Amino acid sequence: MIAQFFIPPFTSLYDKILNWAMIISIPALVIGLTSLIKLHYTRIIRKTPNMPYSIVAFIAMITMALMGLIGGTGEGTGFEWMFKNIQVPMQATMFSLLAFYIASAAYRAFRARTLEATLMLLTAVIVMLARVPIGNFLWHLIMPNSNLPEVVSGWILNVPSMAARRGIILGISLGAIATSIKIILGIERSYMGAGE
Amino acid sequence: MSVLRFILITIIITLGQMWIASYSIAQEATIQEAPAQGAMEESIEPLRPVNNVVAKDTPNDDGKSLSLRWDISPDDNRVSQYIILRSASPTEGFAEVGQVPTNTSRYTDEDNLVKGTEYYYKIRATNAKGEKADSEVSGPIKPVAQWFNTDYKFIAIAVIIFGGIIVYCIYSAKRGREFFIRRIAGLEAVDEAIGRATEMGRPILYLTGLSGVSDISTLASLNILSRVARKTAEYDTPLLLPGYDSFVMVVEREIVKGAHIDVGKPDTYKEDNIFFVSDDQFAYVGAVNGIMLRERPAAIFYMGYYYAESLLLAETGNSVGAIQIAGTDADAQLPFFIASCDYTLIGEELYAASAYLSREPLLLGSLKGQDWCKFLLMISIFFGVIMESFAVGFGLSFLHWIARFFTAP
Repeated sequence: MIAQFFIPPFTSLYDKILNWAMIISIPALVIGLTSLIKLHYTRIIRKTPNMPYSIVAFIAMITMALMGLIGGTGEGTGFEWMFKNIQVPMQATMFSLLAFYIASAAYRAFRARTLEATLMLLTAVIVMLARVPIGNFLWHLIMPNSNLPEVVSGWILNVPSMAARRGIILGISLGAIATSIKIILGIERSYMGAGE
Repeated sequence: MSVLRFILITIIITLGQMWIASYSIAQEATIQEAPAQGAMEESIEPLRPVNNVVAKDTPNDDGKSLSLRWDISPDDNRVSQYIILRSASPTEGFAEVGQVPTNTSRYTDEDNLVKGTEYYYKIRATNAKGEKADSEVSGPIKPVAQWFNTDYKFIAIAVIIFGGIIVYCIYSAKRGREFFIRRIAGLEAVDEAIGRATEMGRPILYLTGLSGVSDISTLASLNILSRVARKTAEYDTPLLLPGYDSFVMVVEREIVKGAHIDVGKPDTYKEDNIFFVSDDQFAYVGAVNGIMLRERPAAIFYMGYYYAESLLLAETGNSVGAIQIAGTDADAQLPFFIASCDYTLIGEELYAASAYLSREPLLLGSLKGQDWCKFLLMISIFFGVIMESFAVGFGLSFLHWIARFFTAP
């Protein structure tokens, strides 16, 4: 990757290696599928308490696979209908839970017990007054001609918050370089399951 | 007399009107004739071609493109498109290789060029009426591969400097030099979390994130997993690893199996504890949340790259009373982990975990190298701010060189 970044003739080689990586990863998908089938099959055979979930997983997997193989995956097929009308709404449902989880996490994190938590609480209030429609509405009820929350929240997001993010990203980049060098030089081998 | 005067005035007025009328008619005739003449002139004037066609090798490429530039036709308002013609001979065999719209003066030819072959180009201006005008032939020009992308020369220098510092520190550590590493609370708590799970008789849940094995954060997570797997193998604590990527799952199995063999307990290894769930983001989240609620792990590790599901996972883990240690290089998800988890490894602390936990001199040396690189960056930023301020304030453009050093083209 280093070579193809700096040496233009190596770009085509890099493209070929990427294709090889995709081809090699397909058998790994088969291994994953085998693992999934074995796991749920074992639970059904042993009649574990959570067996109904495994039966549902099998039915869903087989149904989608058969519909895709027999009817195709293009527009107007049963596969596409099931994807749009079952999977996509379920994904949206899971995503929508995030709003409630954010509220729950904020309630726990923003209690003003320490200086840092108090600062976080004040910052959150200011940013919400500016960015959340109801916050905007409430502020303009009190001070109709003032856009102070927008100005302050803009400063918070563009100056200290951005500075902190950039510092973290600089550290991450250097950490990635160091980790890559350790892996390339063979100093770091734990990810291969090598012993101490 | 009055009658004569009246008749004379009438005659003068009538003659005047006749003169005015004849002058107006003559003017109209002239105007009607002029566009006809102009139209005749327009249809006679041929379309003029483009000028100054320059063909050259595209810089910093792999020898598969040539760049063309020209001055647009003086009759560009009558042109509908420019057609680029190419041939291996200056006199014949020109074939179309591309088209560009009017008012365009550049083109990059990447159409099946052969390295080392000479090509000739001409640009044809055409319009909807079928008029065309060919430029003079430009060439010969050969596509040549460049062996170094000069746009990235400063990046190469930065890579050599930073890489060199890290390698120097690694080999200093190898020669016996000791380095001080500050305490990282999240890593100190790893043993505590494993001990807690062992005492409570509940499993440990370890998640390696939602990216593949080629991602550096996944590799860092796998490095930590090897340490955690050894401890759990020693204490006979169940370790659950629901997988997002099947490739990563295979690697995880090897790591955990190797850990059990290393501690002399190969029979306690359970392959079924490391399983593939789904490579769909929210299906994975749903499955893992279900595992948390059913299995009620005592310790949960979130090590790797996460997206929007980070808070969904962390809040569910918090609800089951598990001690949670997160480490990610996804800066957008760090606030969620910090709010929900007991300990969070921020960015580079995830990469430092392996060195911190093992205390191997070579790995600690790389951490020191990282710190020196960061110090160098801080100095560069400081001087860069001063130099850029002077460059902008006093118009001293040569002071931009630090900014150029760190700017990719």
